Amino acid sequence: MADIRLKGVSKAFGDRQAVADLTLSIAHGEFVVLLGPTGAGKTTTLRLIAGLEKPENGTIHIAGRDATELTPAGRDVAFVFQQYSLYPHLSVYDNLAFPLRSPARKFGDGDIRARVEQVARLVRIDHKLDSRSTSLSGGEMQRVAIGRALVRRPAIYLMDEPLSSLDAKLRAELRLELKRIQADLGATVLYVTHDQIEAMTLADRIGILADGRLLQIGTPRAIYSEPASLHVAARLGQPAINLLPTGLLPDAAAPAGTTTIGARTEHLVIAKAPGGQGDGTVERVEHLGDQNHLHLTVGGRKLVTLTDPETDFGEGDAVRVRYRAPLFFDGAGNRIAVST
Amino acid sequence: MAEIRVENLRKEFGAFVAVRDSSFVVEDGEFFVMLGPSGCGKTTTLRMIAGLELPTSGRILLGGEGVSQKRARERDIAFVFQLFALYPHMNVRRNIGFPLLAQGMPKAEIRQRVEETARLLRIDHLLDKSVSGLAGGDRQRVALGRAIVRRPKCFLMDEPLGTLDTEFRDLMVHELRELHNRIRATTVYVTHDQLEAMSMADKIAVMNHGVIEQFGTPREIYDRPASMFVADFIGSPPMNFLSFHGGLERGTRAVTVQGARIDIPEVLEALEPADMALGIRPEHVRFDERSGLRGAVYGSEYLGTTQVVAVETADGLVKARVPADVKLSIGEPVGLALNPTRLSLFHRASGRAIRTANREEALNG
Repeated sequence: MADIRLKGVSKAFGDRQAVADLTLSIAHGEFVVLLGPTGAGKTTTLRLIAGLEKPENGTIHIAGRDATELTPAGRDVAFVFQQYSLYPHLSVYDNLAFPLRSPARKFGDGDIRARVEQVARLVRIDHKLDSRSTSLSGGEMQRVAIGRALVRRPAIYLMDEPLSSLDAKLRAELRLELKRIQADLGATVLYVTHDQIEAMTLADRIGILADGRLLQIGTPRAIYSEPASLHVAARLGQPAINLLPTGLLPDAAAPAGTTTIGARTEHLVIAKAPGGQGDGTVERVEHLGDQNHLHLTVGGRKLVTLTDPETDFGEGDAVRVRYRAPLFFDGAGNRIAVST
Repeated sequence: MAEIRVENLRKEFGAFVAVRDSSFVVEDGEFFVMLGPSGCGKTTTLRMIAGLELPTSGRILLGGEGVSQKRARERDIAFVFQLFALYPHMNVRRNIGFPLLAQGMPKAEIRQRVEETARLLRIDHLLDKSVSGLAGGDRQRVALGRAIVRRPKCFLMDEPLGTLDTEFRDLMVHELRELHNRIRATTVYVTHDQLEAMSMADKIAVMNHGVIEQFGTPREIYDRPASMFVADFIGSPPMNFLSFHGGLERGTRAVTVQGARIDIPEVLEALEPADMALGIRPEHVRFDERSGLRGAVYGSEYLGTTQVVAVETADGLVKARVPADVKLSIGEPVGLALNPTRLSLFHRASGRAIRTANREEALNG
């Protein structure tokens, strides 16, 4: 079984704690995404699992074996990097075949051809096998890079922002393909990114990392709708969650200890106020194409929500704003759960 | 006046035509975005405006003055590159003031200008700090400061936010636009990121293979794409296309797609029978059991407030953006209703949009 278990793993670089007491289990066939900004410890975590860094504390088990002291080659993991590092002088075929031609692996030419062709079909690059890698588009190159990781059939795939150097459209396409490939292979994947859309759409579970610590791990729905803290709540959602002090609006039965109310689009009921007497005013409606943002001011605070593309709100409209089962946070920034 | 006028601009690199007879006008004070995939010619166009490349043919006028064959430093512009190089051994003040020092401006005037610029960017509290200790956002602001301190006629920016984290990029997008609202300098901004373009631009030119496919406001481009390329490049996920074959008469109000009758905006031109496509954005597709256009749920991407549901139809996947609380199971049969006021029609072979009442309304209104 190709699972990963990290227990109490820490790693510092000088006086900077890159990963702090990280405990994390990834089940066989699971797609886990670590989400966090630059410097959160995402890449270090991957490098620790790959054996490119050694932890100061803690243990790493891969496929049931203690891998903490194993060399990278002994761990049976494949790493896909942000920059697709293909061999420019080789064809697509030879780039894909390269990991199989290592002297340590004894594959016959027929075996190699069969595997390369199978993987090429999977990543939809089979029509370009004879092309030089330099003649490919960015998306094709990254497909080859992913294919090169797949061809070895490792136990574990580690992916470090593999889509971030691509343009938005290609990124969306490859996102879908990556998820399909992972599902088809039943592969175990640990993927790191700072892109919340990638995290939401790819992950079985998302882990929120900040300053080397795992703040919360759960399904995308759980992280989005039941964030443990203000920090986690602010990581997911576009536009970002509105964090408002109590007392700004009628507080919707806020539990004792609440200091901040978190309101996403679905937690607000906004309607035009009859007679112009409302809680707030529409600042503007921002049409961003597939997202339409409604900007409001309520008691000096700015709120942003999604709105219907056919919205009839206009600048200057007085609006009545009410909460609908919002999120409640205490003074320490932790969410207070309420039973619904 | 710092209007930028580009007339029949063309650039060839050997046999490769990077920019093909482009013409457009960026009005004084406008924020103009050139948007397109890599290799579409947007950066080459920008470099010609900057004077870093000379056009093969065509003209460029800055504030009414022909500059096509002038050198970069003879044009009063500031170019902001993708990767900001600050001088690491200088503090913020000296980094921002450097372009003025290089021009030989008197010290007192430099001081005043640098402080004004820093206030504008809200980094005046950092002026005496070393740049090497700054956070990413502040570094970016210093780099912007160095570009605006000269008060050039216009700014040219080549994917200045390309290397930033998404969260931080969203923040900088708003800051850049707010800065623009304050100083109103004519800006040409190149990006492949449609959200940046939609959030910041007054006008967008969508480029493909060296050609401007459409020039217009963000809403025109999103709501009424001039071609299938534009419809497909903009929007995430992009516009759905549903194929049908047939001719169109003036006044046609419905077509048959996959055996279902679909109401469309009134067609305003006559077309011979050909392969056509209906275009509809995911947010204008709704589930409706009464609709004759049928499919089965293929999968769903959860996005928090909304979800994007892919539905397998006889003509491939159609995506619908619906609220996240709509519960669907994979394989479930569904009917798809398309909002007729939001439909586009395209001629497949040429890719161009067909004239309909929706489009005319937009052009006149």
